[in-house]
Amino acid sequence: MAELTMVESLNKALHEAFSTDERVVLLGEDVAKTGGVFRVTAGLLNEYGGERVIDTPLSEAGIVGSAVGLSLYGLLPVVEIQFDGFVYPALEQIIVHVARYGWRTNGECPANMVIRIPFGGGVRAPELHSDSPEALLVHTPGLKVVCPTTPSDARAMLLAAIAHPDPVIFMEPKRIYRAGRQEVPDDMPFDLTTTNGAASSLLSTARVARTGDDLVIFAYGATVPLSAEAADKLQADGRGSARVIDLRSLYPLDVDAIVKHSVECGRAMVVHEAPRTAGLGAEVSSLIHERAMLDLEAPVGRVTGFDVPFPQFANEDDYLPSVERITRGAEKVLDF
Amino acid sequence: MGLSEPLRIIGDGGDLPDCQVPDGLGEKELLELYRWLIILRTFDERAVMLQRQGRVGTYPLYWGEEGTTAGALYACEDSDWVFPSYRQNSVGILRGLPVATVLGWVRGYGGPAGFYNPRDYRLGPICVPIATHLPHATGVAWAAKIKGDRTASLAWFGDGATSEGDFHEGLNFASVFRTATVFFCTNNQWAISTPVTRQMATRTVAEKAAAYGIPGIRIDGFDPLACWKATKDALERGRNDEGPTLIEAFCYRLKPHGTADDPSLYRDETEAQKWMHLEPVARMGGFLRRLSILDDDQDDELRREAKEMIAEGVRGLESVEQPGPEVMFDHVYASDNPWTFIEGLEEVNSVARKPEVAPPQGPTPPSTGDAEPLPEGE
Repeated sequence: MAELTMVESLNKALHEAFSTDERVVLLGEDVAKTGGVFRVTAGLLNEYGGERVIDTPLSEAGIVGSAVGLSLYGLLPVVEIQFDGFVYPALEQIIVHVARYGWRTNGECPANMVIRIPFGGGVRAPELHSDSPEALLVHTPGLKVVCPTTPSDARAMLLAAIAHPDPVIFMEPKRIYRAGRQEVPDDMPFDLTTTNGAASSLLSTARVARTGDDLVIFAYGATVPLSAEAADKLQADGRGSARVIDLRSLYPLDVDAIVKHSVECGRAMVVHEAPRTAGLGAEVSSLIHERAMLDLEAPVGRVTGFDVPFPQFANEDDYLPSVERITRGAEKVLDF
Repeated sequence: MGLSEPLRIIGDGGDLPDCQVPDGLGEKELLELYRWLIILRTFDERAVMLQRQGRVGTYPLYWGEEGTTAGALYACEDSDWVFPSYRQNSVGILRGLPVATVLGWVRGYGGPAGFYNPRDYRLGPICVPIATHLPHATGVAWAAKIKGDRTASLAWFGDGATSEGDFHEGLNFASVFRTATVFFCTNNQWAISTPVTRQMATRTVAEKAAAYGIPGIRIDGFDPLACWKATKDALERGRNDEGPTLIEAFCYRLKPHGTADDPSLYRDETEAQKWMHLEPVARMGGFLRRLSILDDDQDDELRREAKEMIAEGVRGLESVEQPGPEVMFDHVYASDNPWTFIEGLEEVNSVARKPEVAPPQGPTPPSTGDAEPLPEGE
């Protein structure tokens, strides 16, 4: 078992998928020769050749649109959208076709593909390289939307996503791509031609990232370690112990876990980088209020990005939820 | 733009002479292609009547463009994938798709009453958004190439579709990866009310092929044999790894865009009459008569058979019950339904269901062809 970063773990998963199922193909901008701008796809071209590891024209709609046809003819496309803000040209193909193909074909031809999107800010990148577009995709019926936070989850969830019969939007929190190493198992979790493996449950269940009893913080992606850090600070300050839940599955939400942890802690909040209005936090908050109202000691809190375009990076630390903002938000819920 | 410039095989029985029948089309094949035209024409006219009677919803007509659909499809191998726009809504029936399924789709039915498995017919779903199916055609032929199959693909679209980004993306990917894809543009010069001069500043659609380094072929879109020939040649090039072809089938939209459209608001309808003598069904019928391979009795018989085929489809449609609310949820996901679906179904099933609403009976369009009135109950 090796200690890997998330990038290395995703790379390992892709190598495993390519070596076990020849239907798997990879499409994207600069994914083959360069190995992707983040090197997630490094080494695949040499190993599996240019017919399966494909540098495409600069055309997200063309990539996703072609992938619909590839899928229709029996291949398993893994698509890389180079940066979050580049997915917008592909949204028509994703919303109009990828998400609807199974429904429109009586379940015979779901557009099963994985669309990987490195997302989020904090890396001092140019405009449209730091967006969090997940709510647009969560709001599109027919898609599964997931987001791993640990290297180990990243591998298992990517393999599960490739094996999954539905199209999966795979949000990769690029800020923590190389944030730390974790032991990642070598065993193949399951046969890619089935969905029965243990890893497939990761695509629909949340994970306890930190234990605690006084408050539960729901987060995903790069805000999970930030929330854990905030929880440590709250504890050190004697403000109480906060539980942190890594949602992992953004659609469908793990409603059972959301309700259970909220009931157990009695106080809850949500953290994400995406703008607040109609963001995922609104949905999580609504679920908690609908199903656990009488167990709550306080209204559900939210610490999110603002309803503005993601700023130029000189201001991104002003925009992004920080440990301090999360701690302040938690104190408001605790003090209510 | 005269008709002498595009590829044309069938004359008009007057000043335009007939040309040699292309190799590969004997009497049997010519009659079969004509039979296909009759089937498509019969479906189209019947669908308009059904819409007038409030038995199907808004229907996009293709009257006059049957040759572009039948001619191109007839050039395809059965294993080749074709991707229709809504203007080729009934093409599936030429590959065995039940007529009732197509009519069910027009009646607003989902689930098996209106949708089908594309793999059963090598037929993409009827594509409503403009040009978005072009990259799918590219992808299918590309996958076939990766797998080492000889399968080719074809997508139909209109002149308006060339303004969409997906037109470019489909053609660009196909040309870069040299897929065996035929991009079949039916340039009928109108996108609802927008004339082709508002879609492009180029003189032709075909010349756009130069941007992709692929052949652009301009043909008479009212000539089913030209449609067949250009498609056949394009498929052969594709199978020889020479990449895609853009075909521009130049014609004129002889009828309204759809049953809710009133062309008198935006164009001079006498213009359509100038093109009417070129419409493909009568034109090919005349051609076959000049070749002495069709007589009136045979023609009547083909029309009778087609009417019966469509009538049976109408009876099939009428025998289908309005789909239940579960079809909204069925197959949105191939995996287990998310919990929101279970709650949604519970909610929708907890209230009384309204009876099926008949589709709105459209105003009778001013020129919807010469379909006979449909007897009630047929």
